[in-house]
Amino acid sequence: MAEKVLMKGNEALGEAALRAGCRHFFGYPITPQTELSAYLSKNMPKVGGTFLQAESEVAAINMVLGAGATGVRAMTSSSSPGISLKSEGISYLAGSDVPCVIINVQRGGPGLGSIQPSQADYWQATKATGHGDFQLLVFAPSTVQEMADYVSIAFDTAEKYRVPAMILSDGMMGQMMEPVCFPDNAEVKMVEKPWAACGHENKRPHNIVNSLFIEAQELEKIVVERYKRYETIKANEQRAESYLTEDADIVLVAYGASSRVARSAVDAAREMGIKAGLVRPITLWPFPVNALEATVATAKQYLVVEMSMGQMVEDVQLVIGRRKPVSFYGRTGGIIPTPEEVLEQIKKLAGKEA
Amino acid sequence: MTDSLKNFILVTGHYGCGKTNFSINLAMDFLKKGRKVTMVDMDLVNPYFRTSDYRELLESKGIEVIAPVFGHTNLDLPSLPAAMYSIFDSKDLVICDVGGDDVGATVLGRFRPQFANFEYDMLYLVNHFRNMTSEPEEAVQILREIEAVSGLKANKIVNNSHLMYDTDEEVLLSGKAYAQKVAGILGIEVFCNTVKRELLDKGTIADTLKPVYPVDIYVKPQW
Repeated sequence: MAEKVLMKGNEALGEAALRAGCRHFFGYPITPQTELSAYLSKNMPKVGGTFLQAESEVAAINMVLGAGATGVRAMTSSSSPGISLKSEGISYLAGSDVPCVIINVQRGGPGLGSIQPSQADYWQATKATGHGDFQLLVFAPSTVQEMADYVSIAFDTAEKYRVPAMILSDGMMGQMMEPVCFPDNAEVKMVEKPWAACGHENKRPHNIVNSLFIEAQELEKIVVERYKRYETIKANEQRAESYLTEDADIVLVAYGASSRVARSAVDAAREMGIKAGLVRPITLWPFPVNALEATVATAKQYLVVEMSMGQMVEDVQLVIGRRKPVSFYGRTGGIIPTPEEVLEQIKKLAGKEA
Repeated sequence: MTDSLKNFILVTGHYGCGKTNFSINLAMDFLKKGRKVTMVDMDLVNPYFRTSDYRELLESKGIEVIAPVFGHTNLDLPSLPAAMYSIFDSKDLVICDVGGDDVGATVLGRFRPQFANFEYDMLYLVNHFRNMTSEPEEAVQILREIEAVSGLKANKIVNNSHLMYDTDEEVLLSGKAYAQKVAGILGIEVFCNTVKRELLDKGTIADTLKPVYPVDIYVKPQW
């Protein structure tokens, strides 16, 4: 069995990238993501890879586009304001069907905001990380072990569908330490990339990786084809964890760091005799509609907990509709809700029921 | 055991090895012995999980806290407070929680003139289970870097090896053996082996980990 080590979430993301066969990292420092870049700056050269601190976030994401277009596994990481800077390049990546992994260790916003943890980039990640019709695969790990596991899943899924993937983390997940286990000799399955612009050697027509289309009809055709892929992704790639939901009257919905707070609150509520449960989305796009749908028959109401003013709550409302009430509790600006605060909300809702 | 320590204690190590938690424990212990304690947060690098986060707790116990002006705020602004210079004249027992690695310890270099002819203990914390210091040679290398930027020499090893909630006797024993190797290479003593207080009564841990230093866990996420 592989040995356990103690790692920060940011370090685990870095190590996982190396183990996933990523040999091209382009970044620019920003708190609270910096340990990830620092880790790769030390360890990427040891495996013969390229670690490059670009002159800006904009440069870094365009390097990812260039490297990814040749078919290699390329990655960048940043935190909220830096992701905004990268958003133009992310749109180009999506428009060019170039798979890659983008890490966002979220901090408080808007603007320069704060350097404390936040989940206020949910809308940006799932709806609009740049201009145009497109989606990213969005993964939301909630333990350091998941931070380690989801980097290779993100690369694999991104390459399978030729869609850029984002790991939406936050300052708390990035900075906290937990024991992590990396599997021994895990094999990296690199898929064939016949589309890659990696040199044709006069043996095939040359490949062009591009997001500019002169004819509107051609662009529409390509976007519509891409949306068919998105439908396949929605059907096949939803991931969520359901915790004590079978008999739950109040189902909490939370991801990442706030899901850990929510889970503690669910346990405390259960101890008081309140039947609470938790649906924890692991993919934020595709949103885990099926996991939520499975609770609608038995749940009496929902409570969405986020470190934002309420963003994912709208996706929950889209699924639940008017069938059951959906409430929201959030803290923002870099504040993490405490389990006690969330328990208070659960108690209030339980009181309403009686 | 802590009675043998000098009145000025520097706590150094790789980042994430447990410096802040150990420093708080040390401060609480000296407080219980009736000492007046000043805690100095010297970390100008990391904005998370640092002594400033525990300022309220420490001050409520009567421990003076000297910290970077903007520590624990949204400003990523590394500046030392003027009060930092007073610690060399302090009559209190002074514990300095230094930032991680050579980057964090660079602050010490600023005080090199003050450290000349000054009595102090420089503790070097090690954790076998932190991934980048899991080999004794790696821990030695990081201390060499810390010593290079600070101009100071560590004289005691604190074995702070643990795996959080996965810590058991086997983990503690392999941590002890590892710390002895680090100390052997450096030619300095292992001052103590830390263990979470709740584990102290389990099996033969108290005996096998001698000299053992039980710690409470202050530095942890809030859920």
